[in-house]
Amino acid sequence: MKLLEVKQVSKRFGGLTANQDVSFTVDKGHIVGLIGPNGAGKTTMFNCVAGYFAPTEGSILLNGRNIAGLPPETCARAGVARTFQVARTFTSMTACENVMTAALLLQHNVGKARASAMQWLAFVNLQKFADKPAASMTISEQRRLAVARAMAIDPAILLMDEVMAGLNPSEVREAVDVVLKIRDRGTACLIVEHVLEGIMPIADKIVVLDRGVKIAEGTPQQVSNDPKVITAYLGD
Amino acid sequence: MKNTIFAIAAAALVLALPSMLDASHLNTVILVLMAAQLGVAWNMLGGYAGQVSLGHAAFVGLGAYTSTLLLIKFGVNPWIGIVAGGCMSAALSLAFGWSCFRLKGHYFSMATIAVAELVQIFFTEWEYGGTAVGLYVPMDHQGWLWMNFATKLPYYWLALGLLALTMLANLWIERSFLGYYFRAIKDEPDAARSVGVNIARYKQIALSVSAFFSAMGGSLYAQKELYIDPNSVLSTALSIKMALVSILGGVGTLFGPLVGSVVLTSIEEFTRAMFGGTGRGTDVIIYASMIIAIAVFYPTGLLGWVRSFKERGTARADAARQLAEHAASQQAKSGEAS
Amino acid sequence: MTTEIFLQTLASGVLIGLIYALIAIGLTMIFGVMEIVNFAHGEFLMLGMYSSFWLFALYALDPMVTLPATVIMLFAVGVLLYRLIIVRIMHAPMLSQIFTTFGLMYLLRGLAQFFWKPDFRSIENSAVSGSVKILGIQLGTPQLVAGVGAIVVTGLIYFFLNKTRMGAALEATASDKEAARLMGIDSHKMFSLAWGIGAACAGAAGVLLSTFFPIFPDVGANFILLAFVVVNLGGFGSVTGAFWAGIIVGVMEVMGGLLLGPQYKTAVVLVMFLGVLMFRPQGLMGKA
Repeated sequence: MKLLEVKQVSKRFGGLTANQDVSFTVDKGHIVGLIGPNGAGKTTMFNCVAGYFAPTEGSILLNGRNIAGLPPETCARAGVARTFQVARTFTSMTACENVMTAALLLQHNVGKARASAMQWLAFVNLQKFADKPAASMTISEQRRLAVARAMAIDPAILLMDEVMAGLNPSEVREAVDVVLKIRDRGTACLIVEHVLEGIMPIADKIVVLDRGVKIAEGTPQQVSNDPKVITAYLGD
Repeated sequence: MKNTIFAIAAAALVLALPSMLDASHLNTVILVLMAAQLGVAWNMLGGYAGQVSLGHAAFVGLGAYTSTLLLIKFGVNPWIGIVAGGCMSAALSLAFGWSCFRLKGHYFSMATIAVAELVQIFFTEWEYGGTAVGLYVPMDHQGWLWMNFATKLPYYWLALGLLALTMLANLWIERSFLGYYFRAIKDEPDAARSVGVNIARYKQIALSVSAFFSAMGGSLYAQKELYIDPNSVLSTALSIKMALVSILGGVGTLFGPLVGSVVLTSIEEFTRAMFGGTGRGTDVIIYASMIIAIAVFYPTGLLGWVRSFKERGTARADAARQLAEHAASQQAKSGEAS
Repeated sequence: MTTEIFLQTLASGVLIGLIYALIAIGLTMIFGVMEIVNFAHGEFLMLGMYSSFWLFALYALDPMVTLPATVIMLFAVGVLLYRLIIVRIMHAPMLSQIFTTFGLMYLLRGLAQFFWKPDFRSIENSAVSGSVKILGIQLGTPQLVAGVGAIVVTGLIYFFLNKTRMGAALEATASDKEAARLMGIDSHKMFSLAWGIGAACAGAAGVLLSTFFPIFPDVGANFILLAFVVVNLGGFGSVTGAFWAGIIVGVMEVMGGLLLGPQYKTAVVLVMFLGVLMFRPQGLMGKA
């Protein structure tokens, strides 16, 4: 069941083409990995789906509705949540308040938002940080906080941008667990990732970009054996 | 419990204060309250939502001129006029926001200076509004019905009331979803958008509310001083002062502007007393040095500085307690072993 | 409006615009190299004016003669202010940066008022007083000399930035601090240099102005807003942009005054400023 359909999306910045005619789908409750060497256009694609860039061409359908070019807050309302490469937590707030800000999208009552926020903090195992300033948390804790915050808007799909970068192996395992928990809840995940040992084992599908163009799409097994992918990563 | 006692003591002081002071000191206190109220109004946009406006006097002036013109030309009661001024200011803030909010950081601040100066030039040239000569508030109706008094004391209650009202509005906002949205916009606008916050809309809301209360402060000023002109209610100096009391005391805090106002006014009065007359710039030197010191060393303002003392105190107490517990448990363990 | 009046106005606009350009060049350099908006920039102008005045009043030295000395002194003041104060807020939040330079603005004004009193001063009968008639247009000699002086100083700055090694280092730091540092360029030195030159430019403008403009502690206020407009129109960080933008702003200001009345001179500039901010915030030649 298709949740997100990226259809022939191109994104140009003046003379620079970041994405060229890219198409792929994400099914409900699936985990899709978006991989590719540096400069492949993965984050640009992300920003297009989340509303931070408007695609130069093409459409992006979420449950059949075209969200291409809509501003980020509207995409969020439509069910697209995202994290950033740098966690970007709200540093003047506590962890709980960070998640509450997101929960307030669904309804404006602060008390109910707090209850919801506490649940999401527990979901990512950060409940003991609830009343601690977000700024006092470590980078990997702030990333988990960002995930809890993103989930608090009850999205249909969560976009994660390099959420495993710079983590040690046990932290990667923790991150993987969180992603699986999210998937088990029924939220689809589109994950940009360089840490292949984190994403390959759990993805239902992998989409490979290289220099703005999609060069492969398939199961992790298929993609890791695809000669085009191997060349792209190793260079010619 | 400690807070309640403190609150009761503060309330008692506030109620008793007028009877303890002579007229000129009472006037100083009223000025402190009025400056604090303007600071709280500024803070809603500048401290909470993080949009540093350096042209807020435009809203103060709009309020003052609206209520005064309504009174002089149409005989409208100042109690209605003060609200009308607020509404007018909030309405015009839509234009202000539309033109300035698309700008970020320094650009926004500079645009606010430019808009405020334009407003000042407009009123300086506008004949209906009295041009540079200004407007006099008539004394023919007096008393509470017409917000016009010959003595200072009623203005103390008015200023106090308006400050309390503005702070209550601020507190309500702070605790509602608006408070969260404003802080999110201040901290990380892109992340705020990712969780559904329409930045343009909420910045505008912060601005409109801020403009409304700033305007009310302007109307009160008009009714108290009984004279307004572009220089007194529309100047860049006033804009800076509104921002300054918050920054000195603590941006983004409820009581920051009050603390800042007390400090700033004290400095002004102190240097005037010490050096007489215009003070030859000494008050400016002192509080300019304070601004620099605070901006460099304590960006969270005086309240932040005090808070960090308390936190360090608590942290030290916590650490001491942990050490003591640790030592006690070690002793217990060695007691068991032997 | 006769052709003569039009040309007269145009000429005086260009001349004052050149002064605005010189002030703005200092401001834009500071922003270009370290992204700090110096709200106290008008006070460097003021200090230049007072330096010129006191040397004239106390030692009967003509401003044109003391110009180099004043410029050097202001350079030192700029470097000193950077090392004592600005260096501490390089990584501070924007609110702190704004209010530090704001505080500096007030502090310098307050000190000037304290030491030199708020009275208006002026330099009478300097070597460049009087007026000349060029191509049928009447121009005040001080204004003409000031305009020429501004061109000369701008030329020197341009030469420095583009033809000397240190200038290249400054430009490198402005475009990419980290890369410059990796190449061995000391950012700290570059920042000091930027402040020094910035202050020196404003100081030079002050000396040039002192021959025909009143001198008083708050005089910086008259020029700082205009300087911002010029910097913005020219593009933050662009010296060439500031030069041309200064002339444009000067002409627009004076023309606006002629067409709408002198009380609207500033309004014309402000409206233009807002227009630029809204529709082309990066200015004519700026990096966004």
